[in-house]
Amino acid sequence: MNEATLQAPLADDSAWSGVAWALARDTKLALRSKAELGVQLLFYVVVVTLFPLGVGPEPGTLRTLGPGVLWVAALLASLLALPRLFAADFADGTLEQIALAPYPLPALVAGKILAHWLATGAPLVVLSPLLAMQFGLDGEETTILAVSLLMGTPTLSLLGAIAAALTLGVRTGGALLALLVLPLYVPILIFGAGAVEATRAGLAPGGELSILAAALLAALVGAPLACATAVRIALD
Amino acid sequence: MLVAQDLAAQRGDALLFQGLDFALRPGTALFVTGPNGSGKTTLLRIVAALTHALRGKLTWDGSEIEPFAPAMRSAALFIGHAPALKEELSAEENLASLVSLHGASADSAALADALAAWSLTRQRSLPARVLSQGQRRRIGLARLRLLSRPLWVLDEPLTALDAAGIDTLRGTLGEHLARGGMALIATHHAFEATAGTSHSLRLQ
Amino acid sequence: MSTGSIPWFKYASPASFFPLAGKLAPWFAVPAALLAAAGLYLGLVVAPTDAQQGDAYRIIFLHVPAAWMSMFIYVVMAFWSAIALSFKARLSGMMAQALAPTGALFTFIALWTGSLWGRPAWGTYWAWDARMTSELILLFLYFGYLALRGAIADARRADRAGAVLVLVGVVNIPIIYFSVKWWNTLHQGATVSLTAAPKMAAIMLSAMLIMTIAAWLYAIAITLVRVRAIILEREGKSGWAGELAGAVQ
Repeated sequence: MNEATLQAPLADDSAWSGVAWALARDTKLALRSKAELGVQLLFYVVVVTLFPLGVGPEPGTLRTLGPGVLWVAALLASLLALPRLFAADFADGTLEQIALAPYPLPALVAGKILAHWLATGAPLVVLSPLLAMQFGLDGEETTILAVSLLMGTPTLSLLGAIAAALTLGVRTGGALLALLVLPLYVPILIFGAGAVEATRAGLAPGGELSILAAALLAALVGAPLACATAVRIALD
Repeated sequence: MLVAQDLAAQRGDALLFQGLDFALRPGTALFVTGPNGSGKTTLLRIVAALTHALRGKLTWDGSEIEPFAPAMRSAALFIGHAPALKEELSAEENLASLVSLHGASADSAALADALAAWSLTRQRSLPARVLSQGQRRRIGLARLRLLSRPLWVLDEPLTALDAAGIDTLRGTLGEHLARGGMALIATHHAFEATAGTSHSLRLQ
Repeated sequence: MSTGSIPWFKYASPASFFPLAGKLAPWFAVPAALLAAAGLYLGLVVAPTDAQQGDAYRIIFLHVPAAWMSMFIYVVMAFWSAIALSFKARLSGMMAQALAPTGALFTFIALWTGSLWGRPAWGTYWAWDARMTSELILLFLYFGYLALRGAIADARRADRAGAVLVLVGVVNIPIIYFSVKWWNTLHQGATVSLTAAPKMAAIMLSAMLIMTIAAWLYAIAITLVRVRAIILEREGKSGWAGELAGAVQ
């Protein structure tokens, strides 16, 4: 008997199919653990609410702090959600299977990150106008805030995924992950909050938003590759 | 054909084994036995191209195996210690997911057949969370029938299996070997497949 | 690789690099000490007092070389990391590991001296200016690398994970610097940068240059010494290191 009879029928190994597989599976899993996701969203709300409690409810102060606080809280909420990207798959052996699949690993990883952002990042964007009210942001500022979060949070997920993969199986995981990724988050924070502040000052936030867009594109290209490398290193 | 020459592996600082030579030909199963910690899992992971060896050469059909090389990813079917199941998905969904991950498609009839062969028909819609270790192991093994790969790399497939499960595995393995397939199996007790030749390799 | 061609590869194995590093280290350490002495003499004694800042400005002879080295070392770590990921050379991973503590030290010195300079120059120990803030983030990047390496038990995995982290970091550093600079001008208007040194008399420039070279030589020397310790620690089980340990005892 020769091995030719046993070769797998030309296995689908295209990148887009890989993205689709990961996106579909992870979204299905997310929909079945809605409680877990609800908790992360609640964290965002709680953190945002802590600031007025800490600095006093004086409207002027809150207006000044608003964009920064809303962005930092989004950052922290994003950070909190990161470990769930790979930890479960790593623990139950699925990540090994994913790494051994015929699909390119960066594509599978990109699909996972997209599903992760849809479950943890996009809700932040949707929720932000409500929270912006607490800080007295006006209509235009709120719109730009939502837009900046829409463009920034995917980049946070992409960069965070690299750190999540690097810290797989490491004991101090969560805190270490934060230390690794927060420096990388700084530019997104600066331009995200900066866009809202520019709007407040009456300037068009085109520059800041363009930079956020460029960062997102660069992350879309580079992060899945770096993340796939990190996953392989973790499985080694 | 899988050929290993002078293979050595380490885990952390400990040298697990060295000077390992073997050849795996079509129709043959190689059972790797040895005490815990002797490097069985590491050897299997090296062959499955998940990790690299310390020294030595491993070739598949003449070309050397690098970790995560595409050739090995499409030639080998690796089933590790952990059954690779998602708690939230049902038995059927898990099986479908694993099969489509490896580029094959399986309709519900094929999935039902595979589950039936492993006596899982009643559990097909139950979430993996409520299933026993033995049932989970069987779901994982069910994909052996749905994916056709020349080389099977199985790490302790007998774990948690009852007598019926072991019989099903022997039959499935036998069919695979009869078709010219190969298998590398780590196990505490070698078992006979229903067809094909078996060799065993003991790691100290 | 034929030994006749590139001699590097002969030293690519930790075992052969170990004695070489030992021989080279003093050749960097001694000139480093001499140049540092010369630089400090020039900077602290010979260079004239500045009209605006008095004698406080003299701290730039530590601050600027430290800041330059903190950046330079990170880039060198990125170089070794790229090699570690592309080829399987263990030594490149060890070099990155050996460089990190020194890089972190220089970053810390840059921050500390910058802060001390800020007090007399600006009246505050920390003014959130662009360079200092970027330097602080660089310190976090170094700490992150050291923490990641410390948390991963397997040395080979730590090498490679650290390498990915440094490469991601080195790509991001210009972006971080640019964004912090932008942030700074946005919020503080056109401020004079803290590291705007007084108009450089030639003697001041020479002193700073000499101190920078001294810092560079020191970094090489200490890295060679440290990499020897790392080689012994990691290759500890293999024959040649065991023999050496036996001989030393």
